[in-house]
Parts: sequence; C-alpha cells; structure tokens
Amino acid sequence: MVERIEEIEAEAKAAVEAAGSAAELEDARVKYLGRKAELTGILRGIADLPPEQRGPVGSTGNKVRKGLEAMIEAKVEGLKNAELEKSLAEDRIDVTLPGSPARAVGHLHPITRTRRLIEDVMIGLGYQVMEGPEVEHDYYNFTALNHPEGHPARMLQDTFYVEDDQHEEEVLLRTHTSPMQVRAMEASPPPLFMIVPGKTYRRDSDATHSPMFHQVEGLAVGEKITLADLKGTLLAMLREIFGPDREIRMRPHFFPFTEPSVEFDVSCFRCGGSGSLEDGSRCGLCKGIGWIELGGAGMVDPNVFGFVADTGYDPDHVTGFAFGFGIERIAMLQHNVGDLRLFFDNDVRMLEQFS
Amino acid sequence: MRVPYGWMADYCDPGLEPRDLAEQMAMTGTEVERVVTLGPESADGFVIGKAVSVEKHPDADRLNVCQVDVGEGEVRTIVCGAPNVAAGQTVVVALPGAVMPGGMKIKQAKLRGVESNGMICSERELELGEDHDGILVLGDGPAPGTPAAELLPLAEPVLDLEVTPNRTDCFGIYGVAREAHAISGAELAPAPWDGGPIGPGLSSEAGDVERLDDPVGEESTADRIRIIVQDEDLCPRFTARGYTDVKVGPSPLWLKARLIAAGMRPISNVVDITNYVMWLTGQPMHAYDLDLVPEGELVVRRAESGEKVAALDGNEYELSDQMVAVADRNGLAGIGGMMGGSVSEVSETTTTVLMEAANWNGPNLLKTSRDLGLRSEASSRFEKQLHPALTLRAQAVAARLMIEICGATPMTGLVDVAAPAPASEPIRLRAGRVERILGLAIETDRQAEALEMLGFGVERDGEDLVVTVPPDRHYDVTREIDLVEEVGRISDLDRNLPATLPSGAGRPGGLSRQQSLQRRAEDSLRESGFDEMVGWSFTDPAEVERLRLDAADPRSHPVKLANPLSEDQSVMRTILLGSVLGAAQRNLSRGADRVALFESGRVYLPAGEFGPGPLGGDFPGNTRPPSNEPQHLCAVAVGSIDPSSWRGEAGVSDFFALKGVLEHLAGGLGTAVTVERLADGPVQPFLHPGKSGSVLVEGQAIGWIGEVHPLVAAEYDLDGAVAFEIALADLLAASPVGEEAYVDFTPFPPVDRDLAVLVAEEVSAATVVAAVEGSGGELLTGVSVFDVYSGEGVGEGEKSLALRLRFRAPDRTLSDEEIDPLVSGIVESLAGIGGKLRG
Repeated sequence: MVERIEEIEAEAKAAVEAAGSAAELEDARVKYLGRKAELTGILRGIADLPPEQRGPVGSTGNKVRKGLEAMIEAKVEGLKNAELEKSLAEDRIDVTLPGSPARAVGHLHPITRTRRLIEDVMIGLGYQVMEGPEVEHDYYNFTALNHPEGHPARMLQDTFYVEDDQHEEEVLLRTHTSPMQVRAMEASPPPLFMIVPGKTYRRDSDATHSPMFHQVEGLAVGEKITLADLKGTLLAMLREIFGPDREIRMRPHFFPFTEPSVEFDVSCFRCGGSGSLEDGSRCGLCKGIGWIELGGAGMVDPNVFGFVADTGYDPDHVTGFAFGFGIERIAMLQHNVGDLRLFFDNDVRMLEQFS
Repeated sequence: MRVPYGWMADYCDPGLEPRDLAEQMAMTGTEVERVVTLGPESADGFVIGKAVSVEKHPDADRLNVCQVDVGEGEVRTIVCGAPNVAAGQTVVVALPGAVMPGGMKIKQAKLRGVESNGMICSERELELGEDHDGILVLGDGPAPGTPAAELLPLAEPVLDLEVTPNRTDCFGIYGVAREAHAISGAELAPAPWDGGPIGPGLSSEAGDVERLDDPVGEESTADRIRIIVQDEDLCPRFTARGYTDVKVGPSPLWLKARLIAAGMRPISNVVDITNYVMWLTGQPMHAYDLDLVPEGELVVRRAESGEKVAALDGNEYELSDQMVAVADRNGLAGIGGMMGGSVSEVSETTTTVLMEAANWNGPNLLKTSRDLGLRSEASSRFEKQLHPALTLRAQAVAARLMIEICGATPMTGLVDVAAPAPASEPIRLRAGRVERILGLAIETDRQAEALEMLGFGVERDGEDLVVTVPPDRHYDVTREIDLVEEVGRISDLDRNLPATLPSGAGRPGGLSRQQSLQRRAEDSLRESGFDEMVGWSFTDPAEVERLRLDAADPRSHPVKLANPLSEDQSVMRTILLGSVLGAAQRNLSRGADRVALFESGRVYLPAGEFGPGPLGGDFPGNTRPPSNEPQHLCAVAVGSIDPSSWRGEAGVSDFFALKGVLEHLAGGLGTAVTVERLADGPVQPFLHPGKSGSVLVEGQAIGWIGEVHPLVAAEYDLDGAVAFEIALADLLAASPVGEEAYVDFTPFPPVDRDLAVLVAEEVSAATVVAAVEGSGGELLTGVSVFDVYSGEGVGEGEKSLALRLRFRAPDRTLSDEEIDPLVSGIVESLAGIGGKLRG
C-alpha cells in the first residue's frame, strides 16, 4: 500500500509539473486529490486496514497529500504570475507622449525674494524683523529723527503729504523706513537689534526713482556699539548677498539722524572692484569706479536718543548704529534688472523668470 | 556748488589732479558729482586777436573777411560770419590745430574762395556762456597773441560739489579751500576778508578796509540810509554800506570768467561783485541804487498779506504775512533773503550804491521758498541758516572790490542792525570719546591737528580738548559728537577703521510667529500656481466706482494725498482687488492667455479696528499711526489655473477651483475656512451676487470670495474672473501652527454611513452639515458632502446631497446597534430643516 502511495505521488507530481494552465492544474488536482481520487480513497479506507498497516499508510498518505497540496498551491501562484506578466506585457502605452503637466508652481515677486534673503541674513546676525506704518506722523518721519520743522534736510526728500484734519501735525507717507527706529525704541529698552523692511514713498518718478519703493532699515543699540561694528555688520551682510570676496567702502556723509554719517558702497562683483573687465573695457555695472553705491548709515545721533529717553536710551550709556538701503537696488543688482519700474509693472513674463 | 579749480587754488592748491581731489573729497564727506572741463579740453591754439580790418566778403553777403593780428607780426585772414564783428575789436581766435569743445578741429579752409586761417569764437562756442548772437568781444588791453587761457577759464577744471545741507561753509570757495587744506595738508592762504587774495591783479592795498571806518569827514552811510528792522526774529542782522562815485559797467574779464565758470551770468560790475562775494564767502549780498531808495529808508518787516513785489527776475510775487520783505517808503523793495526788487535795481546810470549783507531766518525762508515756488542762489544758502557774523566778511570783501573795480568811494561806517549774536560755548571733546564712538583710537594730538586744520580753535585740558567753533560751522558743530565726526572724517576712516561685529551675546534674532506664518501663506499661493505681484499703494479715486462701491462703504473714503504726482495716483488703496485686476488686464492685453496673480499687501483705511499684530495694523510705538493699515491677501484667476494637455483641455477655473486654493491655504496653516452667505443681499457689490460668499474663520468674517461681477470684469476688459481677498492677520490668528497639543489617536476602526438627503434647493450644504453635526453626538467624527444631484428622480426645487458620516470611538469598535440610533437622531434633525432621506 505504501508503495502504491509513493507511485501515486510520483505520478501526481509529474502531472502537476506538466500542467501549463490553471485548467490543467485543476484537472490534476481533481484527479489526485479530489473526492474520487485514489489517494483520497486510500486515506478514507485506513480504518479497514490491518492495524499494523494503519500507521505507515496513514502517515505516508497524509504527508504525500500535504506535499501535493503545497505543490499545487505554489504552481497556481506561478501560473497566475505568468498570466499577469503576459497580460501586462500586452498592455502597452506610448511612453514617448508628454507627461500630464502638474499644476505649475507660481512665483514670488523678486522684491519679496530679496527682502526675505536680507531678513534671513540679518536674523542670522541676531536681528528681529519689525514692521511699521507707511502713513505716518510728521513726528516719527522727521521731528524725532532730528529734522526739526524748517530744517533744510526735510527738503532732501520730496514728501507726499496726506490731506488730514484730524491731527495737529502733518500726516505724510513715510519717506524712509527710519520712523520705525523711534517707534521700536519707544516700545522696548536697549539693547535693541532690529531691521525694518517695507514700502517707502518719495515724490519722484523716472528709471531710477519710483514714487513707491522698498527699503530695509537696520538699528543696533547697546552699550558698546561703534562705527567699526557698523562696518563689520554691513560687510557681513553684503558678503552673504553678493559673495564672500566683496569689500565695503564707507564715505562720510550727512544725515540729520546719524552722527557721524556715512554712505556705503560694495565692491563691484562684476569687475571685482577694478573698474574694468577682462577685455580691458570699462565695467558697465559700476561705471568704471569699482564700487557700487548702496545706502546710508551712521551712528545714531544723540538727539534721536533724546526723543526716547523714557525707555532708557541715554547717549552717555548706549550707542548705536543705523543703516538703510533700497531693496529694489539690491534686486536690480542681483538680477541685472535695468529699470526700476519693471518691478511694479507686474508683467508675468518678468515675474515668471524668478523661480 | 561749482568750484573752478583755479579760483580755489588762490587760497589752497592741494597739488592734486582735480579727479584725485574729487575722490579725496568724496572720502571725507563732500561728494563731487563730476569734474567738468569748461570749454575746450585743451587751451592750446586759442589766442587773443585784434581785428585790424573787416570787409564784406566779395561773394557772400553774410560773411566778413577780417584781418586779425594774433601777435605773429603779420596779420591773418580769417573769414567770420558774425554780424557784430568790427575793426578794432579784441577777440578770441582759435588757430588751425585748436580743438573746439565737442571735438571739431580748426583747419585752414577756403570759404567761398577766400582762405581762412582760423576762427573767431563766440561765447557759446567756447562754452563760456549762452551768447551766440555774435563773437565774444573782450575789453581792450590784452596784447594780441596772449594765450586766451590767461584771461578766460578755457579748459578750466570745475568741481561740481554735492554739498550736504549742514555744510554751509562749503557754499563758499574759501570754505572749500579750507577743506582741501585739511585733506591735503597744503598751505591755506589767509581769508579774503582777512587780508588774503581777492582776485587776480587786485592790489592788496585795496584790502585795507579798516581804514574805511575812520571818520574823515566824508559822507557816512548812516547819514544816507536808515535801516529799521521790525522783525528781528526773521532778520537777525542787516548790514549796509554806501558807495558814491560808482562807475557801473561790465566787469573785468577775469571776474566774468570766474562767474561763468561758477555757473552764473555776468550782468554788471556791481551785481557781479555781489555774486562774486557770495561765491567766495558763502554770504549772499544785494546792491541797491541808493538814489532810488526814497528818503533813504528801508524797513525790514513781515509783508502784509497779499502785498505784491516786482522782483529782479521780472516776475511779480504776492507775499503772505508769514514772509519777510524789505520795504521802502512806497512799498516793497525786495523779498528778504530771496530776491531784490526792480524798484531800486542797479542800472547803467547808477552812481550811488548801497550794499546789503543781511542774515535771515533759515526755516522761514525755506517755507517762503516752498510757498512761492521760488529759489535763488541766495535763498538756497540762507535757508540752511547762516551765522550773522558772515555779513561782516562779505562787506569787507565787497568794499575792496567796489573800490578796485568800480572806482567807488566807500562811505564811512557800516550800518549794522543786529539782534544779539547766537551764543557760542566751547565744546569739550572728552578723552576716549572718539574711540568709544568710532571703534578706532586716534591720538589726542592728531585729533587736535585735524580740528585745527578745519578751522576750529583747540585748547588742551589734560587729555580732553576744548574746542571753539568758527561762525561758519556754528550751526553744524554744536556737540561733542559733531567733533567726533569731524575728527573721524579727516582720519582716513576707510583705510583705518576695523570691521567688527557688536559684542554682547544672547540676542535671539528671528521672525515673529506672525511673520513666519505670513511667509507660509504666501508660499501656499505660490505653490497653488499664483504669481506674486506688487501693486501701487496709491490708486485712482475712480477705482471706487469701477468696483461699484457706494458712498456708504468705508472703502469709498480713502486716504487722500495732498500733493499727488498725478490724479490716477492720488488716493491710497482701500482694497487690493483693483490692483490685481489691473495687473491681470495688463497681462491679458499683452498676450497672456490666462493669469493667476496674488498680492500680499496693505490697504489703507482712514479708521477702524486695529490688530491683531503688525499685520493687522497694530504697530509698536507710543502714538497710533494716522491710518489703519492691515495686510490683505488677494488672489485673482482668469482662465484656468490647471494646465491643459493632450489628455484634455483644462476648464476655466471657477468659484470652486479658487475656493480649493483658499482651503489649501487655510489647511497649510493648520486651520480651516468656511464660506457662507451671511445676509440676503449681495456679499460685495463687485461680485456675482449668486456666486460669492463671505470667508469665515472660527465664525469671524475675514474676507470674501467669488466670481467678479460681469460689469466689474468688463471695466477691466476681462471676460470673467474669480477672486478672493482676506485680512491676513485674522487668518493667521486662527492658525495653531507651533501650538498644537498631541491627542492620542484611537486604534479602533471607524464606521462610515452614507445618507442621501433631499432638501430644498436654497438650503445650503453648510446648513445640512451643521444639522448633522449638531445631532450626531460625540461619536460622530466627520461629515462630508460627496455628491450633489438634482434632476430626474428628484422633485422640482429640491436637490439631493450625498453625505458620508464617520463614527468612531476611542475605546472600542462600534457596532450597528450603537450607530443605528445615532443615525435615526440625525435623520430626525435633518427633518427639522426640511430634509428627508431619499428612497
């Protein structure tokens, strides 16, 4: 009997192996493991066998049966996979057609990008970012910045005034971001390290002047702040923006709210500060000077501290520096934009060049 | 301020190329806008000639054939087209080889058959002046053949200085010379009012001005003129000196040449002297024909309102009672510090002159200048506030010139009406203060030296310096810090100053939470396919009408500019939509087939609630800003946001497309918005009344969304557009980003139940969802609308909403027995809003 079982096993294995389709495999399963199969019959008749045969027949039979079942199952899996592979291979697409376009990502305005870059650089140097009002009181834009009424420095900035009968002093559009120096110092005692990006306004309009433009103000006040610290701070910032080889130049100047005052330049990044290009021609970016004018700065004038004495700004104990420059100017230099007005034209053919 | 190099060199010749001096001046605080060479690049070939004879050209009516002596022994034949050429004239000849301004080289040439050996030049051809009516005719004297450059500023380098308003001293040549002295160390001559040179060829004897005040029985100024200053506050000092025997005529060539190089027109010797003195000392002057001052009296007073004055520029000005005038017995004779009057103008027949050097109130004059729209060389100096003492300097220099040039006899005594001079205290520069401010140590001796070269008086007191300030720096240098600046700017800061960073650790830099969320919001719109734009803050007042805002709407009452550049930029915007629609219009008209634009910017409202935070218009500082400036976020889409491809055309982006963008924006901030119709009427007058809603976050309205009203779209030449605008700070305030608290999630699976509910057409999805949420109990964790249907099988005026309800318990798997009664409760609640289950 055991031999017969082993014969059946060999026969069945051969049949399973030979099966080339799910149907043939099912036939083999019915033939060798089905209800009417010989092996099934043998196992069902075990009880009728002599006792000494029951054990060997039962264990061999069951083992063979389990083995065949596993074999069939594996074969089913294999056949399925083969059929799947076959059908997948037939399901062809033209992979050379264009892909479905994703929704195109939009673009941040170049002024926003440059503003964020400057913010991030200054944050790294320990500065907070603050915002202030654009429609402002004369007091903050001029008086508290040491431009008393009738001071000729007020003439330096062509100011937009606002029709207003609610306030004693004139109301205007801020001509610089500097009013926030005073507001910030009113709001918090020293030490203070902050920058103010934002819109500013002057009554002027041509390729290099826009009646609306953006500035960044910087203010650092503490116990031991010097003009040399201003130089180091501006140098660090300019190197982050324009590259590690840049140098800074400070020229004495006059602003009513800083003393001493300077204007600052960065060495030209196109000609490396030499003023001429490799072919010997004059550098067009710096106009052969080697330096690019960027902004104004200086040590906070003690008179300005006088307006915020209540919050602890005593010029005998604290000193500070302030600086300001145009965001558009930086963006124009970064991206070779020739006309300031392009920034406010908002032509998507311009905007979409800045990803 | 134009500074002819040669004039400055009378007092200090730094021995530098003009360009190098310009560079050094820029590095010490005085920007040089440019260095121009006046006239031809080189003076070679320009000589003085004398016209010996002048005859008509035989073959040309307009040409003359001149025989000109240019000092060569033989005369030269020169053909000249000028109508005024005549025999005997002293002229400037450009010989062959000379190069004219602009590059034309003079050659021998035949003109209509006559050989011409040079050119007789006009003022304009030499760039000495405007006159081109004829050739420049010089006064007799210079010998033929004399290089013209000895008489005229040919090829004269002129530095055009951008003098900062604090440096009134540099509005005078002598002040600039002192700057050059401090920069270069080159010697500085005494001041022209202090015995120094006054002009080429003038005897220094004429400088003995003090002699003028010896009473020698001659006529005295005080006998001839009475000066009454009624308003000392506006005219702190008025000095005057009379001159008799004045011979009015043209100025000598050197004086004319210097004025031309400085950018002024020579007029007559007396007037030229006033201008020359102003340019040299920084103190303006005015000359009166004293015989035309009735009864010898001048009164300085505030004008009466509406009082008129005929000024020297030929215009009549109407003054206000805030302005100061000089009046004679008959009326106004000048605008104080601004411009003289024509009534007592010096003319060819003048023989008696009164020279005024006065001091005026700067702020008042600045205002007068602004109000009259008039600015003169004099007022541009006075408005910066000059020191009263400068008047005496000017009078001293003028006296020397009047004697020498006009042959005048000065009257004795100066009439000097002066308020008390401004107090002047020495300033102490403490040891170590320079280093404390600059971060660079400069030896005390070096500090003292720098200050002395700049004209300050310096005394040592231990390690401190005690400094006295000269009058022409009186208003600029008033404090220790100003001395620090003076020392610093002369100490080659650019080379010597180290670059350090502020000391003191522990400063946290960073963006505020609001600022970083703002970036996130803007980035979200960028990711959704929108391009950011920056619109003008000012707009056209008619925008209000284009957007159909009525007078009751606060947005119809913008902040107005008092002095706009143009009408269409005359008010501050109260809404961003107009800017963004305008940009969309421009782009489409330029060929774009679709646009998706957004702006993150402020609107300006006359009043209203502030806050929260700076983005809500709540800024730091003691005084509230005059207007309310909340940051808004506005997005507009025209056409499709989504791309088309070979697989299909993307449809026009509609309300729901844009609402998806808004929901994505809110979702990115960890919050959610709802859109509702809060009232029966239109949501906004500029939106489609049926396809628009208010945007709410946590129940608070923060803006609107909708299709732009077709009539408004048409105003911007748009076929249609969808838009939203929200108050950014309000949205960000609802964001939990960074403040989220973790809640345990349940491992037990949810159970979903779908319901199809029939409701009346006008019942909103939000109402249905709210009814479900209100009755579902704690186990109901979500409701979503996944289909909306109306049409066949649904009654007229009804719609069917397919809802998916999700139930979940934190501690167990829910059974049907638990959920069924909940669903029944929900159905009951839906019945309350007229809803019934669909079959």
